[in-house]
Amino acid sequence: MVLNMLIAGFGGQGVLFMGKVAAYTAMIEEKYVSWLPSYGPEMRGGTANCSVCIDDEPIGCPIVLEPETLVVLNAPSYDKFVDAVQPGGKIFIDSSLIEAKCIRTDIDAYYIPCTQMAKDDDLSGLANIIMLGKVLKETGFTTFDILCEAMKKCVPAKKAHLLDANLKALKLGYDYAE
Amino acid sequence: MGEKFLMKGNEALAEAAIRNGCKHFFGYPITPQTEVAAYMAKRMPKIGGTYLQAESEIAAINMVLGCASTGARAMTSSSSPGISLKGEGISYIIGSDLPCLIINVMRGGPGLGGIQPSQADYWQATKAPGHGDGQVLVFAPSSVQEIVNLIGQAFDLAETYRMPAMILADGMLGQMMEPVEFPEVVPTPHEKPWALTGTKGQRKPNIVNSLYLQPQELERTIIERQKRYDIIREKEVQVELQYMDDAEFAVVAYGATARVVKSAVSKARAKGIKVGLIRPITLWPFPEKEIAAAAKQVKAMLTVEMSMGQMVEDVRLAANGACPVGFFGRTGGIVPSPAEVLAEIEKMAGGAK
Repeated sequence: MVLNMLIAGFGGQGVLFMGKVAAYTAMIEEKYVSWLPSYGPEMRGGTANCSVCIDDEPIGCPIVLEPETLVVLNAPSYDKFVDAVQPGGKIFIDSSLIEAKCIRTDIDAYYIPCTQMAKDDDLSGLANIIMLGKVLKETGFTTFDILCEAMKKCVPAKKAHLLDANLKALKLGYDYAE
Repeated sequence: MGEKFLMKGNEALAEAAIRNGCKHFFGYPITPQTEVAAYMAKRMPKIGGTYLQAESEIAAINMVLGCASTGARAMTSSSSPGISLKGEGISYIIGSDLPCLIINVMRGGPGLGGIQPSQADYWQATKAPGHGDGQVLVFAPSSVQEIVNLIGQAFDLAETYRMPAMILADGMLGQMMEPVEFPEVVPTPHEKPWALTGTKGQRKPNIVNSLYLQPQELERTIIERQKRYDIIREKEVQVELQYMDDAEFAVVAYGATARVVKSAVSKARAKGIKVGLIRPITLWPFPEKEIAAAAKQVKAMLTVEMSMGQMVEDVRLAANGACPVGFFGRTGGIVPSPAEVLAEIEKMAGGAK
């Protein structure tokens, strides 16, 4: 599988949008893709999560129960999902909001202070996109150019003025070194 | 086939209905199918169609009855508790021999239940969508693309046989996004001499009615309808078979569950278990012949559903004792995991190989 990713955080952190941009890269590359959101009470202020699968083969179960790639944007999501990551998998942690350090030795943990970076660079609300840039860097599920192209498809026309900030956030995350 | 879109099942469903000539949508919002209504609300006014949010599910289905009686393509959409409310209207539409499309994006029940995916309305859809001797065509897509492909067929067959058609989806299919393309629609013309379009003084009035106080007359109408049902059972069954050629075991599953089962069957095959998948695409008519034939071929069958076991009864009837038919299900909004299903397949095959 090219990408088997679970993204989790609070409603409003852009969990679903982040997944959607990742999913669009598969549209551009003509691969199989599924995007499945949690829905219902989660969307109304609780925790939200989103499963994204990209593959060269048709996708069976679209629910990611044991992610190869886990992105956590808040502490409850870290606690809930850290043990589900497949051995050999990767966990991406917004270290501005999550104090925990991953004690598992069979997975790679990446700590990115996305929320702080977004504040410092006047990219408020784009911590999720900074994170997506870092996920791309470490997993290589597509190319940076294709991810930028996917972003262009996902930013609606009436929000076109936000595109540059989103592309800047992707680059910031992509270039971030711990 | 043209451009591919990344769309939610609910939105793709609505777009496909519009492309297949549906101009009249009557609904009432309910999770997890609200995007159907939202999409219709956005699009219908732009194409000169009707989007009407009724005061209740009961009102919506009766608006469909009225609209369908004019020969127009009409539809409604809801989720499990809402479909129960529509039961009376569905029965009236069956009794009036009218075509229409009904969407059920299933959630957990009974009662208000929950809002997560479920398949616990199989009995309702296939056995008793309303009271009386009647059926609706039931289609069970397992991907967003298949939802799109089946919408056109559902409208066409509903009009061919003058009866309601139902798309039986679930919260997972409704909410997930997948790439989808919309096939060129070649409209199948359907003569509708029964439609209430105004006589213009040229013909006798048509009557759309489901009330027959003379039992002989009511029995006659029911028997005539049953003859159409027999033709449908003969001609309109759709089923997908995967890895069945050399299968020693089979799993029967439909809709979203069939996707989970496909993942499990592939893993079981990789472990050397000769297991195949039988995926009914039409739940009514049910693929009885295909399952009967498979039951003679395999050592055992397993039915997997998001319910406590509903379709399994039809599988057992079709297998008719030719092989044991086991069941595994999760319910209440829980989707079975591929690992759970794999464990059940291994159990059926007599332990891990």
